[in-house]
Amino acid sequence: MSLRIVVTVKYVPDATGDRHFAEDLTVDRDDVDGLLSELDEYAVEQALQIAEEADDAEITVLTVGPEDAKDALRKALSMGADKAVHVEDDDLHGTDALGTSLVLAKALEHVGYDLVISGMASTDGGMGVVPAMLAERLGVPQVTLLSEVKVEDGKVTGRRDGDSASEQLEAALPAVVSVTDQSGEARYPSFKGIMAAKKKPVQSLDLSDLGIEAEEVGLEGSWTTVDEAAERPARTAGTVVNDEGEGGKKLAEFLAGQKFI
Amino acid sequence: MAEVLVYVDHVDGAVRKPTLELLTLARRIGEPVAVHLGAGADTAAATLAEYGAVKVLAADAAEFADYLVVPKVDALEAAYNAVSPAAVLLPSSAEGKEIAARLAVRIGSGIITDAVDLEAGDEGPVATQSVFAASYSTKSRVTKGTPVITVKPNSAAPEAAPAAGTVEQLAVSFGEKSTGTKVVSRTPRESTGRPDLTEAAIVVSGGRGVNGAENFAIVEALADSLGAAVGASRAAVDAGWYPHTNQVGQTGKSVSPQLYIAAGISGAIQHRAGMQTSKTIVAINKDAEAPIFELVDYGVVGDLFEVVPQLTEEVKARKG
Ligand SMILES: Cc1cc2nc3c(=O)[nH]c(=O)nc-3n(C[C@H](O)[C@H](O)[C@H](O)COP(=O)(O)OP(=O)(O)OC[C@H]3O[C@@H](n4cnc5c(N)ncnc54)[C@H](O)[C@@H]3O)c2cc1C
Ligand SMILES: Nc1ncnc2c1ncn2[C@@H]1O[C@H](COP(=O)(O)O)[C@@H](O)[C@H]1O
Repeated sequence: MSLRIVVTVKYVPDATGDRHFAEDLTVDRDDVDGLLSELDEYAVEQALQIAEEADDAEITVLTVGPEDAKDALRKALSMGADKAVHVEDDDLHGTDALGTSLVLAKALEHVGYDLVISGMASTDGGMGVVPAMLAERLGVPQVTLLSEVKVEDGKVTGRRDGDSASEQLEAALPAVVSVTDQSGEARYPSFKGIMAAKKKPVQSLDLSDLGIEAEEVGLEGSWTTVDEAAERPARTAGTVVNDEGEGGKKLAEFLAGQKFI
Repeated sequence: MAEVLVYVDHVDGAVRKPTLELLTLARRIGEPVAVHLGAGADTAAATLAEYGAVKVLAADAAEFADYLVVPKVDALEAAYNAVSPAAVLLPSSAEGKEIAARLAVRIGSGIITDAVDLEAGDEGPVATQSVFAASYSTKSRVTKGTPVITVKPNSAAPEAAPAAGTVEQLAVSFGEKSTGTKVVSRTPRESTGRPDLTEAAIVVSGGRGVNGAENFAIVEALADSLGAAVGASRAAVDAGWYPHTNQVGQTGKSVSPQLYIAAGISGAIQHRAGMQTSKTIVAINKDAEAPIFELVDYGVVGDLFEVVPQLTEEVKARKG
């Protein structure tokens, strides 16, 4: 039987743009261009490599997001994924991590999966919690933050480089995996890939398809609220000096003045 | 007063500093109850008590080390059921966030990650977060369930406030799902003898400008003269000059020291995401246009191979 891989990908505002909050204190998605989260490209890459090793595999990319999020799916398809699923619904605006993980979990059950691959964190919210939440909700093993991953004989193995140790992990499929940006550079879509992506199927689902009530998600259903968002005052311009042979000494003087030495 | 669960980060009973910060913050909301998993609870209890833990709930089982994350979630859930706390606090480490995430789903509560401050509010604890590479500061609350909050290291100065710290055994049972992901082997990291990157009061980081693994000795020498930790940009890590565990930034460690010194680092947004909340920022870069200079309290435009060794000598001289 074919190995069903589903990659969760997020459409995010470009981190190099000028990111802001909208009036309702959700992330403003109008002013800054969006793109496929760079950290999810690593997840797509590992899915492609696992599929290449497997006898028979199919890669679905899944996103929860606004209409424009189709761009992220297209990019993943042009890298080589086979098909895409887009969960979009006006009631999703302002959904937090718990809500997103609920929608993703229902969508995964709807689509069917043997292996879920996520990025290590989204580049906007950056909580790095959704993969663990997915594993909890789906009741399958969590094999997360891998810098190396392999799938063989119905098992996933990988290396997790933690703070105090490097761990070798192993779990049986089905499982939720997340990969770090140490897992290997993501490929660029080829011209052929970009052309082929245009013909690949993108299925749209809304909340009712997944049996989720509007109150469970969105800004209303959110488990958290942002009361205040203030732009940090730009750091007051400090002193910048040119080194004319005494730069290190001047720096030491500054540090001494600040009581660091 | 309501109790607040604090997840203890420790190595065989040696409590790590972020936990002391959590205890300090927890006291603003209620009475800290520490949850200690694994060996060394009795050793840890003395420290935990000194920083305000009224109680230490302890559990030790092979499962905590043999399987990934989930057994710890089971234990924290057991503690939650035993105490009915006003909030649950964990350190913002990779593992801390994953434990928090699963606990939040289980107990049907909202979660806030990477708080940099915490205070009591009329409608529950209010967390300050630093977002969009620290260009915004937000105040958030959990509106459903018991707030589960992870806090970044160096968010508060640990304050002693002696309490009873009575050790009580916590009964934990593990289900079939707890042992889904086996830790087949574990290779501990070799200690460098330097302070931990996220906990250090001073961090000295090197970037592409350091130009070679062997040249990192210059960065290390400055760090050692200041008693600092060593960091690196992703460019330096990707080039293989320094280990990934020392990477500062969006996909590395997020640091918030008293002093951050960047040598040969341009200051890309992803790097800034991990260091912009540092109290004092210093940079050495030969390009006067480098974006890092927008952040600095003090910057030197110059060759790091000249400036850094001179600084190191000067620091050593002044320290005598
Ligand atoms: C999804 C994603 C995640 C990322 N995560 C991270 C992250 O966690 N951390 C991170 O750091 N980056 C991260 N990056 C990469 C980031 O965008 C930059 O590429 C990286 O930070 C650049 O590192 P650098 O400043 O060392 O190198 P460069 O940008 O090449 O800058 C080198 C600097 O050194 C200076 N220099 C050269 N020689 C000398 C000398 N002799 N003396 C003094 N100065 C000198 C140059 O003027 C230059 O400013 C990420 C990128 C992406 C897309
Ligand atoms: N809206 C979303 N749609 C699809 N995948 C998502 C979404 N949000 C988060 N993810 C996945 O979860 C990972 C971690 O996200 P986060 O917990 O938000 O940092 C991302 O890298 C994605 O793989």
